[in-house]
Amino acid sequence: MTFNIYDFTELTRSIDDGLKAVMSPGWALFTELVLIGLVFLILYALIGLFLVYAERKVCAFIQNRLGPNRVGPVGIFQTIADLIKLLMKELIPIKNADKLLFNIAPFIVIIASFMAIAAIPFAKGLHAIDFNIGIFYVIAVSSLGVVGILLAGWSSNSKYSLIGAMRSGAQVISYELSVGLSLLTIVVFAGTMQLSGIIESQANGWWIFKGHIPAMVAFVVFLIASTAETNRGPFDLAEAESELTAGFHTEYSGIKFAFFFLAEFMNMFIVASMAVTIFLGGWMPLHFGTGNLFNHIMDFIPPLVWFFGKTFVVIYIMMWFKWTFPRLRIDQLLTLEWKYLLPINLFNILFVAFLTLMGWHF
Amino acid sequence: MGANVFMFYLFSATILFFALLAVTSRRILRAAVFLLFALVATSGLYFLLQYQFLAGVQLALYAGGIVVLIIFSILLTHHISHKFERPPVMKLFSGLLVAAIGAAVTVFSIADYPFKASAALPIDTDMRVIGLQLMGTGKNGYALPFEVISILLLAAMIGAIVIAKKKN
Repeated sequence: MTFNIYDFTELTRSIDDGLKAVMSPGWALFTELVLIGLVFLILYALIGLFLVYAERKVCAFIQNRLGPNRVGPVGIFQTIADLIKLLMKELIPIKNADKLLFNIAPFIVIIASFMAIAAIPFAKGLHAIDFNIGIFYVIAVSSLGVVGILLAGWSSNSKYSLIGAMRSGAQVISYELSVGLSLLTIVVFAGTMQLSGIIESQANGWWIFKGHIPAMVAFVVFLIASTAETNRGPFDLAEAESELTAGFHTEYSGIKFAFFFLAEFMNMFIVASMAVTIFLGGWMPLHFGTGNLFNHIMDFIPPLVWFFGKTFVVIYIMMWFKWTFPRLRIDQLLTLEWKYLLPINLFNILFVAFLTLMGWHF
Repeated sequence: MGANVFMFYLFSATILFFALLAVTSRRILRAAVFLLFALVATSGLYFLLQYQFLAGVQLALYAGGIVVLIIFSILLTHHISHKFERPPVMKLFSGLLVAAIGAAVTVFSIADYPFKASAALPIDTDMRVIGLQLMGTGKNGYALPFEVISILLLAAMIGAIVIAKKKN
């Protein structure tokens, strides 16, 4: 078995062949499903823990504080301690709530983000499912998460939760449009919706460089709209602490609250990795021109490092947003989407279609 | 039993179970959620048939769009303590009768149709093909229905704005 950190195709194929040699195809498939599920669960937990720590440190840095610094060196075990605390906390039952929906809601939110993470290409050959409608699948699946938020708000039987859920619903339904349309500009450029195909099309340059100004515009619109779609600040009206206690998850405690919290961070990771895959070349290294020394040095850095490096840069930008801008009002939020982002996006797509027809992109 | 067959029965059982719950539940939001589960399981069937585009449409339009709108409107109009009364026996029986007739018609027409396994190559369902077909004006083109439906949608939107607009 060869192990190559630049191309995982052979590794995954040899695991597949090995499993098929010892058991029937049905059981081999089942074992693979369990293995991939386990890998994603571990990845999910690790990235979640890391992102919570990173958010607190970035926030502290921006506000000129130290942040967590007691548990472990520079506080790196702080979130693990938090996790243990959340696991041991009491789950408070709500007397007049709709118990069934109240308990289902956190799971819907987390399942939606799990479904989306399955389509993300981490490196060549390290890709759970490669649909030929990749982008469309991710957009479709990520729109399911809002159902969980709406249910949580309604079934808690509390006015704060309900107002938070209403705001979140209006926000997500509006901003989904801009997310979809801004991704569509790159689909027009690349001529495919398959995520692996889009990455292949960036072998000679990332779309943000190849696509001239329209790709830049689409990237900025995508960053704004996807920050709003993940309910993160400055668009976190759904859980505006100063007015709604904690918004839609006011009544949740312990591990159920942790599910909402974790799903929010994972959605941020998914959105950032979509931005990386579509605009910034995915796991492709940074290249300038052809065949020079710089490109060769860049080729030695493994694709996983490229992917996670770029993703964390985008995540840092999103955290920077949150701790820099004040929270918007609901009417400002809807004005931004319907009066500015959507028209910009529509004209941008027309412009991109024109560019592609004339063959003016690289 | 292959993995395919197993998944088919799993999805079908899920659809039937949640469809039944959706019509028998007396709490309206729970019914909407059960409907959501039935729709998501249906998209699973499309994935199983490897018709990924239709599965994506099912998820984005029905599960992510229509059900979210239904839940949104329930949130605006219903209180959590509201529960529907049990339907009278006559209505229950007539409903069952209509459902039985509908199911019988469907089952008979399916049993009547000679399904043949075809050796022809699967038709490419690439996005490009679907797009060209949808906008095509030649044979099997859908340009006219597409435009007619967009005018209908525009009319519906204008109507909604006029109704929702405050006087003056």
